[in-house]
Amino acid sequence: MQFMLLFSRQGKLRLQKWYVPLSDKEKKKITRELVQTVLARKPKMCSFLEWRDLKIVYKRYASLYFCCAIEDQDNELITLEIIHRYVELLDKYFGSVCELDIIFNFEKAYFILDEFLLGGEVQETSKKNVLKAIEQADLLQEKMLKVVH
Amino acid sequence: MPAPIRLRELIRTIRTARTQAEEREMIQKECAAIRSSFREEDNTYRCRNVAKLLYMHMLGYPAHFGQLECLKLIASQKFTDKRIGYLGAMLLLDERQDVHLLMTNCIKNDLNHSTQYVQGLALCTLGCMGSSEMCRDLAGEVEKLLKTSNSYLRKKAALCAVHVIRKVPELMEMFLPATKNLLNEKNHGVLHTSVVLLTEMCERSPDMLAHFRKNEKLVPQLVRILKNLIMSGYSPEHDVSGISDPFLQVRILRLLRILGRNDDDSSEAMNDILAQVATNTETSKNVGNAILYETVLTIMDIKSESGLRVLAINILGRFLLNNDKNIRYVALTSLLKTVQTDHNAVQRHRSTIVDCLKDLDVSIKRRAMELSFALVNGNNIRGMMKELLYFLDSCEPEFKADCASGIFLAAEKYAPSKRWHIDTIMRVLTTAGSYVRDDAVPNLIQLITNSVEMHAYTVQRLYKAILGDYSQQPLVQVAAWCIGEYGDLLISGQCEEEEPIQVTEDEVLDILESVLISNMSTSVTRGYALTAIMKLSTRFTCTVNRIKKVVSIYGSSIDVELQQRAVEYNALFKKYDHMRSALLERMPVMEKVTTNGPTEIVQTNGETEPAPLETKPPPSGPQPTSQANDLLDLLGGNDITPVIPTAPTSKPASAGGELLDLLGDINLTGAPAAAPAPASVPQISQPPFLLDGLSSQPLFNDIATGIPSITAYSKNGLKIEFTFERSHTNPSVTVITIQASNSTELDMTDFVFQAAVPKTFQLQLLSPSSSVVPAFNTGTITQVIKVLNPQKQQLRMRIKLTYNHKGSAMQDLAEVNNFPPQSWQ
Repeated sequence: MQFMLLFSRQGKLRLQKWYVPLSDKEKKKITRELVQTVLARKPKMCSFLEWRDLKIVYKRYASLYFCCAIEDQDNELITLEIIHRYVELLDKYFGSVCELDIIFNFEKAYFILDEFLLGGEVQETSKKNVLKAIEQADLLQEKMLKVVH
Repeated sequence: MPAPIRLRELIRTIRTARTQAEEREMIQKECAAIRSSFREEDNTYRCRNVAKLLYMHMLGYPAHFGQLECLKLIASQKFTDKRIGYLGAMLLLDERQDVHLLMTNCIKNDLNHSTQYVQGLALCTLGCMGSSEMCRDLAGEVEKLLKTSNSYLRKKAALCAVHVIRKVPELMEMFLPATKNLLNEKNHGVLHTSVVLLTEMCERSPDMLAHFRKNEKLVPQLVRILKNLIMSGYSPEHDVSGISDPFLQVRILRLLRILGRNDDDSSEAMNDILAQVATNTETSKNVGNAILYETVLTIMDIKSESGLRVLAINILGRFLLNNDKNIRYVALTSLLKTVQTDHNAVQRHRSTIVDCLKDLDVSIKRRAMELSFALVNGNNIRGMMKELLYFLDSCEPEFKADCASGIFLAAEKYAPSKRWHIDTIMRVLTTAGSYVRDDAVPNLIQLITNSVEMHAYTVQRLYKAILGDYSQQPLVQVAAWCIGEYGDLLISGQCEEEEPIQVTEDEVLDILESVLISNMSTSVTRGYALTAIMKLSTRFTCTVNRIKKVVSIYGSSIDVELQQRAVEYNALFKKYDHMRSALLERMPVMEKVTTNGPTEIVQTNGETEPAPLETKPPPSGPQPTSQANDLLDLLGGNDITPVIPTAPTSKPASAGGELLDLLGDINLTGAPAAAPAPASVPQISQPPFLLDGLSSQPLFNDIATGIPSITAYSKNGLKIEFTFERSHTNPSVTVITIQASNSTELDMTDFVFQAAVPKTFQLQLLSPSSSVVPAFNTGTITQVIKVLNPQKQQLRMRIKLTYNHKGSAMQDLAEVNNFPPQSWQ
């Protein structure tokens, strides 16, 4: 995977994870163009499109679009499963996740993503293990906070 | 100093902003506060401030002044700080900035931290955005962690290693020992990431690939793991809709693909498991289909046995019928890849593919279209074309050009009859006439020209098509050309294929003039129309004056192209009227242009060259391609090398030589020097085909002999003899072989022989054996002339000889009248 973007139906960016080195300007440009392209898609269309030399896999969950850019040899259908798995993790963590959760707790969304994917590839296929790791890290964060204070 | 506001507080506040300006103001205020806080080196709230900065960065505001702060957070001992610090680094820093290198030491320390979650943060950051320098520095640490027994760290280290290898491929070797026991792990996370690591290594290095195949026996290991996944019972931890760890299954299948590619043994070893996965996987949900998809890709890519391949294609066929459009899309993509190699198997699913043309999704339609074109063959052309034409009618504009081109190609290859072919072209031109590519027009014109028996039908249909609407440029161009060429057939009302229409000459000229005037017509189209009108001057009888008037009007057109044409056509009417009918004669069958020669044919059709009109008559223009080509056709020219200039196309040649043929009355000295060199010939840069580049091998086998030869010319030591042969296959053809000999004591060099015959004859001159007539009769130049004499008139010939002799240029003209009767009767 080259990058993953989460954005609202109004085109507001909620999360951006880049696995390839690009300048800020380039990232902004890509984001803008891709958001426009995906938002223009009609509901009856399939979840895949070709964009530049990449394959784009996107899926809408409620008011959020989850959009991944994968390479030619990557499997589009399993990418849909990856997106779904991430949504499930967020859902379990936040309890019936909605867009607001991700807006107000964006750093947590990143932490969860970073326990699920690394360098654009899946690092843990067990839902339980990902959630356990996040839980433990959160505990550690609290513990250390307590120690300081 | 009051504590900086909390992150959530800030987010809430910013979201209350009602305008962009208001938001910007809030952001600027907060940034100022954060900046001063950073300046004060406040440790307590640095984390909070950076987090806020990251939020504002996501909204699109600059946050570069926080970069160093991220580094400070990473160096902190607090886990919270590190968490935000690493996140900030991944979001704000990139490898282009030198700042990121400062991270290296921190990461190194954290890779060796006592807490695995800190180590995890470091591995994650390095694996996401580590630059080549960082990777080089830290590869050793990563390799160490790859060997740890802690599966949490091991899986991250594996993916981090993948990133290192991508950045610094030379470091691949050092990870090899650590991969030894990776697949013995029970932990799925480690298994998955290990497979990814092995995939990366095998893809990058053929040596690695060979090593893993032979020495490590990777294939059996992978097969075993995959088998366990499929056969094992329900495992809640890894289950997705009844399938056990689909992510791992897919990655294993992908690695198997790489291992099996071009390797018989490996392919055989995985045959069974592939068949098993293909037949046993649940297809009701996307996850099952994802695995099937990967399986199909693997089967098609390795050296699988044919039964397995058919199984794979059938899976794709079933995918095509799936309600889920994503599955259909994926199926079409895969079929497109395999249609070349497994054509027959894919053909079986043709009707389903054709149905996909009606899908609502643009990507699916495009693929279905491409696939449909790939599947068209002689058997299904009629049915397929019906569907494709319907598709052309109803598809989005972005498809029309490609679809039209595809239809033309398919029609050319597999047209069951000429009439069908013309009809199909007509249909495309009328349905999607404005989307047809520019280069299609000349090709179509050529096709139409070559369908000789369909000329009347074609021109009638084209005429009717543009009567109502002449806005589609390609259609109008083709129609104009045809009307110009076959206008006589149009008004004669002779059409076999359908009810002939009654058209008058004036009506035809009306439509062409409308095209000329119309705002919708492009310059090119106007050119076609004007030339067509001009051509009709020899085909129409009553309206020549009208044509003259039109042509003269455009002599002062603003459009330079039109003006030029009009001026030259005017000249044809005035000064060169005697040449007009010959120049504007019907085009003969054209040779197939092998190169990308669109514009070239156009030029010969419609354009006249801007040659100065003082001494030279206007060159080729819409001349008969070459009467030689006609000659070839009449002689059933398959075994005859076409009279082609040395240029790669078989375009009709230039004026020079042909004029000599056609226009026996012309004063030969006035004709352009028809040297084989193209330089003297204007415009079409090709040497006169007559005097050029062919072997002078005898081209018939069935030649009658016995006709007495003659001495055609004998003067100044130069003697030219003619020997005759008649063709059995075509009694109108006489083959004359000339032999030039030189009895003087010096060679004659640069010898060029030219000939011209009266109008009722046609002449073809093949290339001479050499250009030097050696002295003392020690050798001869041989050259072959073919004469077509359909009216069996007495053969007469004018010849022109040019050569260099004794240091001066010689030239002579002569008439040859002593042809024996057997050579022409």
